[in-house]
Amino acid sequence: MLNTKANIADHDGFYAQLIEAHEGLDDAQSQALNARLILTLANHIGDNQVLSEAIDLVKSVSE
Amino acid sequence: MTKIFETPLYPYERSPDQDATTPVRHKVVVIGAGPVGLAAAIDLAQHGIPVVVVDENDKVSHGSRAICFSKRMLEISDRLGIGDRLVEKGVTWNKGRVFNGEDEAYAFDLLPETGHKRPAFINLQQYYLEEYLVDRVRELQAEGAEIELRGGNKVSAIGTHETHVSLEIDTVEGSYNIETEWVIPCDGAGSPTRKMLGCDFGGRVFEDNFLIADVIMQADFPTERWFWFDPPFNKGQSALLHKQPDDVWRIDLQLGWDIDREREMQPENVIPRLNAMLGEDVKFDLEWVSVYTFQCRRMEKFRHGRVLFAGDAAHQVSPFGARGANSGLQDTDNLCWKLAAVIKGEAQENLLDTYNDERVEAADENILNSSRSTDFITPKSGISRIFRDAVLDLAEENEFARPLVNSGRLSVPAVHSDSSLNSPETGSFPKRTRPGASAADAPTDDGWLLDRIGDEFAVMTAGFAAPEVPAGVKQIHIANPSEELKTRYMGDAGGVTVLFRPDQHIAARWAAPSAHDITAAIARAKGA
Ligand SMILES: Cc1cc2nc3c(=O)[nH]c(=O)nc-3n(C[C@H](O)[C@H](O)[C@H](O)COP(=O)(O)OP(=O)(O)OC[C@H]3O[C@@H](n4cnc5c(N)ncnc54)[C@H](O)[C@@H]3O)c2cc1C
Repeated sequence: MLNTKANIADHDGFYAQLIEAHEGLDDAQSQALNARLILTLANHIGDNQVLSEAIDLVKSVSE
Repeated sequence: MTKIFETPLYPYERSPDQDATTPVRHKVVVIGAGPVGLAAAIDLAQHGIPVVVVDENDKVSHGSRAICFSKRMLEISDRLGIGDRLVEKGVTWNKGRVFNGEDEAYAFDLLPETGHKRPAFINLQQYYLEEYLVDRVRELQAEGAEIELRGGNKVSAIGTHETHVSLEIDTVEGSYNIETEWVIPCDGAGSPTRKMLGCDFGGRVFEDNFLIADVIMQADFPTERWFWFDPPFNKGQSALLHKQPDDVWRIDLQLGWDIDREREMQPENVIPRLNAMLGEDVKFDLEWVSVYTFQCRRMEKFRHGRVLFAGDAAHQVSPFGARGANSGLQDTDNLCWKLAAVIKGEAQENLLDTYNDERVEAADENILNSSRSTDFITPKSGISRIFRDAVLDLAEENEFARPLVNSGRLSVPAVHSDSSLNSPETGSFPKRTRPGASAADAPTDDGWLLDRIGDEFAVMTAGFAAPEVPAGVKQIHIANPSEELKTRYMGDAGGVTVLFRPDQHIAARWAAPSAHDITAAIARAKGA
């Protein structure tokens, strides 16, 4: 089951590193980096059920 | 009504130093009577050290500036004798709301932990803090302490020597010179002393402007912190609303980089902005308006021989997270007992290097936290904004995204885990009270723990029988520890002995120390 509780110990550190990873990239490069990151994390998660729940969750979020 | 910040509190008076034929030599001179300089002087006076404070001005800070004061700052203020006044006057709040555009993203409750004398923080105008500090100086003077406050005294030159520092001071009646063994410049972010000594002040300027307004209004907004990302009344920017005493409300409106600052500060431009935010029918008066840009920077070293920088003069942070004045008072908390020990001959000068090490470490932590908040509030790139907005969109329905929302992190004291003043620990106790951490408060059978520690070395034993302590060292024995004290200090252990430094940071802890262990740990905490 998808974990929807806060789960990252140093959340501010993670967020800062994520933004820094994009420094100096143009839009296309940023999108490519995000895609690589999503695929890498998806592989780590592995469980198709969880991945599918995550996709459903983010599609339902209104902007 | 005359506001306190319009009243001269320490007007210029001629000092005998001005008529001396050779410059008078002082023990300690503090430059600047802002919150940090005043706290330094009071702390030193309470340690029995004579001190002179000089300030070019003679009033408290104009307008309000700092408003959020943290628990640790209040605990230090207890030690300085003004804690009760701050908390009685201040507004205590626990609830915050975060809005994203038109919608409330979520509300949070700080649910402060019980079993502490002081709340997580209070809101109070900076001018009240400074007024209470000046009152405390007067009280100490009445008790005979050698503490002097010289208004209308502007330091215009500084010379450093092997044995002392010389200062040239300008007054309305001309200049005079004094000498001092030690000097603590607390002359603010623009520190003239720092410039006169040619010291660096490197860091980051955030390309953004904020309109800060304090308005007086009788409004039925609740006592909560409201923060907006991209509100309808300030499109694409952020806004903050916070309550202070006396029906004064702090409003922060992000303006962006390319603006005309003078124009933005004119009431005819400010008032429509506030009407859009508060509602057309809300009546208010402007107490104070200013436009700020923010910076995060620090000096490479806070100690330059006999010159010990503290507060904004040493480090500057953006205000998100309220770390300016709060950390400045932690500087002097760390510095004053050390300087007093050196002056009294109880410690070597190298103890002062640990002031530098510990407070530089704390400044870096504060700068890191404030920079991250500022980067979240003002994303620096398109992709950064996309992630920021994604976090906010997720946060409405999903609890997991909320910790990532960063509109300012609560100011908490730094833990000096690697400080050379700590002794290696024996036994296993809760992480929270490890050597280097500041003492966690707890109720005891005889009042609050922090009140009992006070401002000298203290050995607390809880659970176990009291060990033998060296002569002259304060001992606190707690035979029946409260649940809070057990959780915070003992954990699964049956008892513990903790050595507190005079700034209430933990220097050592043991299961069963000998008198020799305690003596050695105190010597180490004094830099031996
Ligand atoms: C909008 C805003 C909001 C803030 N909010 C918060 C908050 O919520 N919480 C928080 O903790 N901090 C906050 N801060 C930061 C806080 O105001 C500062 O950190 C604090 O005032 C620093 O105190 P200080 O004593 O170091 O310096 P200052 O208060 O700047 O005092 C410096 C003193 O030195 C004197 N001086 C200067 N030059 C000389 C000279 N040559 N000779 C003699 N005297 C001199 C000046 O007259 C002045 O009195 C905020 C700041 C701003 C601008």
